[in-house]
Amino acid sequence: MQPGKFIERVLFLLALSSISSLALITIFIFLEGGPLIYFAGLKNFLASSHWAPTKGHFGILAMIVSSLLVTLGAMVIGIPLGLSCAIVLAEFSPTRLKLVLKPTLELLAGIPSVVYGFLGVVWLVPLIRDYLGGPGLSLLAAAIILGIMILPTIISISIDALSAVPALYRDGSIALGATQWQTVRRVVLPAASSGIMTAIILGMGRAVGETMAVIMVAGNALKLPASILDPVRTLTSNIALELGYAAGRHREALFATGIVLFVIIMILNLCATLVTRRR
Amino acid sequence: MTPYREPPDSRPASLPHLLVVCLLSLPLLTGAWGCKGGPGPAAHAVCIAGSTSVQPFAEKLAEIFMHQHPEMRVDVQGGGSSAGIHAATQGAANLGASSRELLGPEKQLIEVPIAYDGIAVIVHPANPLNDLSVAQLKEIFMGKLTNWRDFGLPPREIDAINREEGSGTREAFEDLVMGKAEVSPASMVQDSNGAVREIVAGDPNAIAYISAGLVDHRVKALTIEGVAPTPENVKNHTYKLRRRFLLVSREAPTGSCQQFVDFVLSPPGQQILEKEGLVGVQ
Repeated sequence: MQPGKFIERVLFLLALSSISSLALITIFIFLEGGPLIYFAGLKNFLASSHWAPTKGHFGILAMIVSSLLVTLGAMVIGIPLGLSCAIVLAEFSPTRLKLVLKPTLELLAGIPSVVYGFLGVVWLVPLIRDYLGGPGLSLLAAAIILGIMILPTIISISIDALSAVPALYRDGSIALGATQWQTVRRVVLPAASSGIMTAIILGMGRAVGETMAVIMVAGNALKLPASILDPVRTLTSNIALELGYAAGRHREALFATGIVLFVIIMILNLCATLVTRRR
Repeated sequence: MTPYREPPDSRPASLPHLLVVCLLSLPLLTGAWGCKGGPGPAAHAVCIAGSTSVQPFAEKLAEIFMHQHPEMRVDVQGGGSSAGIHAATQGAANLGASSRELLGPEKQLIEVPIAYDGIAVIVHPANPLNDLSVAQLKEIFMGKLTNWRDFGLPPREIDAINREEGSGTREAFEDLVMGKAEVSPASMVQDSNGAVREIVAGDPNAIAYISAGLVDHRVKALTIEGVAPTPENVKNHTYKLRRRFLLVSREAPTGSCQQFVDFVLSPPGQQILEKEGLVGVQ
């Protein structure tokens, strides 16, 4: 066999191993969690919010709703901040400032989530409790912390998307008499929109999957939240909180929670692919 | 105009990355729930896994035991009572630490009670409340009493904080206080004694329960029906909320395991536990 061919084969096998580990994880989660969904019934599992797995109640509706609400809240905070930051950095700031600010923002991504959670507990939670009421550990606290955590993802990918728009477009627009702001709004942003969409969806993925910081600030109550000041438990927190203690059906129920999380993230990714393809 | 397609730096996972991931995942695959070495060839190693309530005390005992017997090694891990009992059943750990009683098939294991522990009900130090009855406590955690107004205090919502399902402290609390009633889903959940204490220390409206040995000056322990959770009261059975700490094993402990258990039950071992706030069984 030619050496080139051989290396090709080896690389192919290695590539296959990473994909097969994904497949194995998928199979494992479904094998471990599937029986419980069958046992409890899909409707009882998804449409009830009575979660007491050691007493035979396996409803995760409240957690699905909480996960979605926390993510939505994080997007409401993260998208305007991140997008405006990206636009300023890519279009309106001098190169030298950009050279300093962009790496600084990316450093934000390197801070471990437990640090965000800790800051949230000692600083944000008391503020919410004292000024807005409720226990402080709340949907709002989780949304704010996640909103900050997804900023680096949104900003750096958006900046890349904006910078990838050819300078020709800007020059053309300015030459036609548009102001710089009109150029950004009417020409650059639409041209970069699929990249920005990717940034937002990746940020959303991070928000859905984040666990540690959310456990620390969200309060983890099992009730459907009635206000943004209520404590909530997300799907990820549920798994992380209880896995250490779980056995038997309880453990299966946590894997089944994982299946739901898996499906939600798959749907998000599918949306991302569809959105970027259509344009 | 030509649409923008891909973010310019979509980085494919390189070969070194892949190798690093594989290498990092090896220990996870081989030793996920066991201790280093396990019960096998290293005859002088004892591995204890289980309850996070027992863990700090077991660590203290292990430290002193290893100081006295430098040839021995005692590994202490957390994970929770159920995980500890599971590990002992499977033989992944020599001893399982449990802060709840054994249930059903678990009763086949050999249990050694090592100490009594009170479960203290704690509030913020600024809370003027001093005493609760078990019935009141039950109503708070059932979600029937939700406002401090009901106790003659300024009207603020009660923030009840619970432990997660499966925790030994929670099971003991449900056993001793809740009976058949279920804990309200509106109560918050934290996953360790330390986290619960941290929240109560910061929240003037909070109420929660933790192991009595872990109460410190940042929180206030209430008396239950007039009895404070002091070691004396736990010992003479007047304090109502108390539980046993157990070490469990698959077979009668032998060798270094036996030595460690003997040490825990010996007067010096029990003294260590009492100094840390527990109540000895001897």
